[in-house]
Amino acid sequence: MKIKAKMKKDMAVVKVLAKHPMETGLRKDKKTDKVIPAKFIKELVCTHGDKVVFHADFGRAVSKNPYVSFSFAGAQKGDTIAMTWTDNTNETLTVEAPVK
Amino acid sequence: MQRRLLLKSLLGFTTMAAAMTAMPRLAMAKWSKAFDNGTVDGALNDLYGSAELTADDAIKLKVPEIAENGSVVPVTVKSKMANVTNISIFADKNPQPLAASFTLPEGAAAEVSIRIRLGETQVVKAVVEADGKLYTKQQEVKVTIGGCGG
Repeated sequence: MKIKAKMKKDMAVVKVLAKHPMETGLRKDKKTDKVIPAKFIKELVCTHGDKVVFHADFGRAVSKNPYVSFSFAGAQKGDTIAMTWTDNTNETLTVEAPVK
Repeated sequence: MQRRLLLKSLLGFTTMAAAMTAMPRLAMAKWSKAFDNGTVDGALNDLYGSAELTADDAIKLKVPEIAENGSVVPVTVKSKMANVTNISIFADKNPQPLAASFTLPEGAAAEVSIRIRLGETQVVKAVVEADGKLYTKQQEVKVTIGGCGG
C-alpha cells in the first residue's frame, strides 16, 4: 500500500494506492472455465491518533489496485496516519505514513 | 450397530454442511447488505433506509463522458454542502450497483476520489447525505471496453 499525505492549508490531503486483486467472484478463468473466487477489499479505514478520520466501504465494482483520495482537518505536519484495509477473506493490512 | 454409525455420520455431515453455509453469511453481516443488492433503490434503502433523492447541482461529479477502459474509471465527488456525513457511488447497470460508500466523520472534507469498474455504458450516480437528507447528481458514461469480463 502506497500512501501520500500532505498538508494543504489546514487540511491533510491523503492519496492511497492499495495493492489488491479485487476479484469480484463473477469472473471465470478463460483456460479452466472455473469461477475465480471472490477476493476484494470491503473496508478501508484511516486513523489519525486514536480517531477515525475516514471510512470507506467497497463493493465489487472498485477497480483492481484501488486508488482513493480524501482529506481531513486536524492533522499537522509530522503527524502519523494509519491506513487499514480488510478484505472479504478477512485478510488485513495496516500501513503507517507521515503527514508531510 | 451399523445403522447407528450411518446415522451418526449422516448427522455429522449435515451439521457440518449447515455450518459451512452459515459461515459466509456471518462474515458478511458486518458489511452492509446494500453491496449485494441488485437494484439502486434496494441498495439505497439498505444503506440509508430511504430511496428518496433530490437532484442537486451543488454536487460536483467528475467522471469521464467516454471511458475507453471500463475496468478503471476515475470518479470524483465533491460537495459544498454543510454537514455531509456520507458519499456513495452507484453504477445502475452493474450487477451490484453500489460501488463504494464513504463515511465522513467530523473534519473530513466532502471530497473523495476513487476508481471503479463499469461493465457497460451506463449512468453513474453520486449520492450525498447531508443533515440526514439525500442529494444526488448523475452522469452517463460511455464505455467502449467493459470492465467485468476481464
